[in-house]
Amino acid sequence: MKKRLIFSGSAALVFCGLLIFWRLLILAFDIPGYLLPTPLAVFQVAIHRLPDLWAALMISAEAAAGGLAAAIVVGVLIALIFARSPWIRKMFFPYTILLQTVPILAVAPLIIIWVGPGLLAVGVVTFVICLAPIIANTTQGLVSVDENLVQLFLMHNASQGQVLSKLRLPHALPYLFVGVRISSGIAVIGALTGEWFAGSGRAGQGGLGYSILYAQAQLQTAYLFALVIAATLLGFTLFFTVMFFEWLALHKWHESAMRANPANE
Amino acid sequence: MTIPEIHFRAVGKRFSSASAPVLEEISLSIEKGEFVSIIGPSGCGKSTLLKLVAGLSPCSQGEIQVNGMTPANAREIVSFIFQDATLLPWRTVQKNVALALELEGRTREETAATTQNLLQLVGLTHVAQHYPRQLSGGMKMRASIARALATKPRILLMDEPFAALDEMTRDRMNEELLRLRAEHNWTALFVTHSVAEAVFLSSRVIILAPHPGRVAHDLDIDLPYPRTAELRESKVFDDLVNRTSKLLRETHRA
Repeated sequence: MKKRLIFSGSAALVFCGLLIFWRLLILAFDIPGYLLPTPLAVFQVAIHRLPDLWAALMISAEAAAGGLAAAIVVGVLIALIFARSPWIRKMFFPYTILLQTVPILAVAPLIIIWVGPGLLAVGVVTFVICLAPIIANTTQGLVSVDENLVQLFLMHNASQGQVLSKLRLPHALPYLFVGVRISSGIAVIGALTGEWFAGSGRAGQGGLGYSILYAQAQLQTAYLFALVIAATLLGFTLFFTVMFFEWLALHKWHESAMRANPANE
Repeated sequence: MTIPEIHFRAVGKRFSSASAPVLEEISLSIEKGEFVSIIGPSGCGKSTLLKLVAGLSPCSQGEIQVNGMTPANAREIVSFIFQDATLLPWRTVQKNVALALELEGRTREETAATTQNLLQLVGLTHVAQHYPRQLSGGMKMRASIARALATKPRILLMDEPFAALDEMTRDRMNEELLRLRAEHNWTALFVTHSVAEAVFLSSRVIILAPHPGRVAHDLDIDLPYPRTAELRESKVFDDLVNRTSKLLRETHRA
């Protein structure tokens, strides 16, 4: 507990130091506000335009979280199919790697053409980049079950459904969370990228990605800064939400999530 | 004539038609209540033999009958204990012990009662709500044994269950295993690397020769049950261990 206090204290100290350095930099080189606004200016514009900022944040949050959630559902389903047959796995697994390596910037315009501009397209772009890590990790979890355990289940006449629900799925859970954690980090990138292409239904009203482009065009640098910070916070929030659920699901039994407490004989 | 508990008739096993046989011409009869250990150098097919009896792998030649049934049909009267405790890490000790009963669709009351009794029997009641990660190696193995006993098996197949334990824990587990058997009198087929362990536990020790695995010696261990820790210090025990070790070495060389 004490250690954690010191840790967060020093992190706060670094933050303050950074703000001071930022302010001094502007003073020392006399940098104009449209290039680098002062921390105070960023703070003021964030307060002043809080409704806009909040609305943009919510739109992006919806797309990022929605895309991520869809990727989890579809990813787990695909992993279940992959886990059923080594043949299917061999045939289709290379394409999930392809899915991971294809540059999202190149695919996003295509998706917009197919889905049409709007929140749905943004969600789909997010979904596409979130999918591969979830498929890969969950499949790994489903197939890496100890062969002895499968045999144990068979010896007690377990059905396929029981092997899945009582053995493979719980075993895959930590792996699934690894995948979701990776995807949660890139979900915001997906949402912002999507918005750059999909734009907004109405001028001045869109998610963070759209607002960033808009602020840049208007040279509203202070607001641009506020948007960047909001986007970072969104990624943070997603990541830590996933971490929280991971802890909730695994802390009792999984090695990575729990402290050793050997009850010696 | 009574049916033997486990009967091997000229059993052979190869994993593919192109590969060398792992087991060849194994003929054995194991009667109810016997404790039979199988020892032999690595690669002599000891574990494969157990898998055949468990019906987890088919024989390539000959046949195995378990209480007059095919191994696949006899699964309900057989339990298997693996070298690792193979507990499910996401289940508490209690739920791990209940696993087999749950899979076989027993009622909640029966499962709870049986599980309670077994935890008491193996001395794990105080850690019933712990997760496997919190247990020592010996405790994990006891949970694994309790799980295997939950379905009240007639036959217990054990594949080097104590190999990963330190010697002291292993000796104690051996004594406990005999104590458990005195209460339920299952027939045991026990694979091990340790001659002392085999002699201490068994009424009969079978030495397999390697490449391909076949029966080299079939020894009766004429020591009365119940056997206690003191037995290990006796001369009779030493002599038996030495004699068995010698036979094992010869098998190795041949």
